[in-house]
Amino acid sequence: MSTTRAAPEPATRRPRPTPGRSTTWRDRLHRFDVRYMPYLMIAPFFLLFFGFGLFPMVFNGVVALRHWRLDDPELTGWAGFENFSRLFTDGDFGNALYNTFGIFLLSTVPQLLLALVIASMLNRRLRAQTWWRVSALLPYITPITASTLVFNVFFSRDLGMANWALGLIGIGTENPIDWRADKLHSWIAIATMVNWKWIGYNALLYLAAMQSIPRDVYEASALDGAGPWRQLWRITVPMIRPVVIFTVVLSTIGGLQLFTEPMLFDLNAQAATGGSGGEWQTVAQLIYKVGWKDLNLGYAAAMSWALFLIILVVAALNTLLTNRISGGRK
Amino acid sequence: MSELLERPRPAPSAPQGERRRAVLLGRAPQDTPAGLWTYLFLALSTLFAAFPLYWMFVISTSTDEATSQLPPVVLPGDQFLVNLDEVFSLQDVYFAASLVNSVIVSTVVTASVLFFCSLAGFAFAKLRFRGSRPLMLFVILTLTVPNQLGVVALYIVMGKLGWNGTLLAVIVPGLVTAFGVFYMRQFIVNTVPDELVESARVDGATTMRVYWNIVLPAVRPALAVLGLLTFVATWNDFQWPLITLNGTDYPTSMVAISDLASGNYVIYRRVLAGAFVATIPLLIMLVIGGRQIVRGIMEGAVKS
Repeated sequence: MSTTRAAPEPATRRPRPTPGRSTTWRDRLHRFDVRYMPYLMIAPFFLLFFGFGLFPMVFNGVVALRHWRLDDPELTGWAGFENFSRLFTDGDFGNALYNTFGIFLLSTVPQLLLALVIASMLNRRLRAQTWWRVSALLPYITPITASTLVFNVFFSRDLGMANWALGLIGIGTENPIDWRADKLHSWIAIATMVNWKWIGYNALLYLAAMQSIPRDVYEASALDGAGPWRQLWRITVPMIRPVVIFTVVLSTIGGLQLFTEPMLFDLNAQAATGGSGGEWQTVAQLIYKVGWKDLNLGYAAAMSWALFLIILVVAALNTLLTNRISGGRK
Repeated sequence: MSELLERPRPAPSAPQGERRRAVLLGRAPQDTPAGLWTYLFLALSTLFAAFPLYWMFVISTSTDEATSQLPPVVLPGDQFLVNLDEVFSLQDVYFAASLVNSVIVSTVVTASVLFFCSLAGFAFAKLRFRGSRPLMLFVILTLTVPNQLGVVALYIVMGKLGWNGTLLAVIVPGLVTAFGVFYMRQFIVNTVPDELVESARVDGATTMRVYWNIVLPAVRPALAVLGLLTFVATWNDFQWPLITLNGTDYPTSMVAISDLASGNYVIYRRVLAGAFVATIPLLIMLVIGGRQIVRGIMEGAVKS
């Protein structure tokens, strides 16, 4: 890190000059500026982070150990591990966890693979290069609320374009698919929305990494007679491994907290039930429902902690796994 | 690496075609002109990316009859203003007000992020103070904390402050971001020369003066990138605004849209007209600042 010794004068001189007539207010101001100004400049971040980031995280743990209901302020006191132990027997939580992982798998794997393919195409010498890159970001800037509502129309049973298109190739002409009736179909619909949103963004992350691969690596590889496809898998992917791992961690953190898509996929967007039988209710959605529909903040807080731990474990596992897969192809 | 540089050229005796193939393959992808298939594939993916937006527009300009027929209508109708009028005149959704709220929240948050993050980024990049390294490390670590998980406690904290249901609840937590501090620091380390800062100090400039006269002008490109990313993220934020603002008189546009999509019978041409209006500011940003957004995302990738 390159730092400048901001002021070689009085502030850093040791021993310090005795305060007295030699120090004017100007000197004092200067000393204050050099010594304390940096702290003042970084203070806003730390104040805000402690107040609205770290403190709530820690306090969340306290709430989880207490009875805390919005509809019954009288009911307080320590609950011990009641909220946590309840998680293990709560069928809704198990179901939400199952849905979250199902949607996560259906969205992350195709998302990152397609992003790789698109990135490798964007990495060619292209006409109107910027234009292609910018248009890849259309989904990224679109509000998820807005795009999910469009997909709702797309996936509607009787008049949806998805069923219409599938009907053209002879699928479901007798019994059109009801995308909200069972787990698999609703997961596919939601995973489609997630994939749509993040493929372009991840492609740009990969593209950035691909462009920093030294050219002579490719020159050397030509000797083995590697074609473009093998080149992608055997040279490019291992070379951009850190970014691949980064995107896997990002999509793990984001995917396991999936909220907006499953919320608005419901025909009643604020019910938070995730389908009439909880077909696609995710954990983040369940936390919202338990906290603000059932008004049990204590239990919702315990659920948040459980989700946090699960995210940590899964992110670590995925990092190991990705490391293996993307590096093991040499 | 030297063996790579001294790679033997294909023997001149090799058949012409094979030799050309080897030369072509040895070219880095970024030096290889894209072929027809690449363009075709990219065009298809762009269509896939743009289609939902286009279709949102089609439905928001159509009548109920037009949206309920198969094969689907593919051209916009002329009902946009009618649908829009319905959205704006809905009594308890506050759609017009929600747009104003979104503008206020996103503008204030973006302005504040730009100011405080560039200030802190400057301190971390160019000023010497005790603990600057561990503190910067701390900032980077906070990037990895999924802060949505503190949402229950945040709601209680906001309740104690009396801010739930007010715009303060969505503005204040976003005023400075770890990503912004990190991003500005990286940019300032690389673009503001130490000598420039130093000579200004020798001339007696205070830290704030150096920030204002030297750092700010130099980091304008980074401010544009960070500003665009922050605005888009704040405008689109849904979960926390829904928790704290739902059912009040001050929804953001995302909360209002989810309100439009609630109830037993949702009229999509109406909801999507509202959604389209709430997307327009972001589309304008992409058209004007797309290049900057692309750059910001790609720079972030290389540095992380």
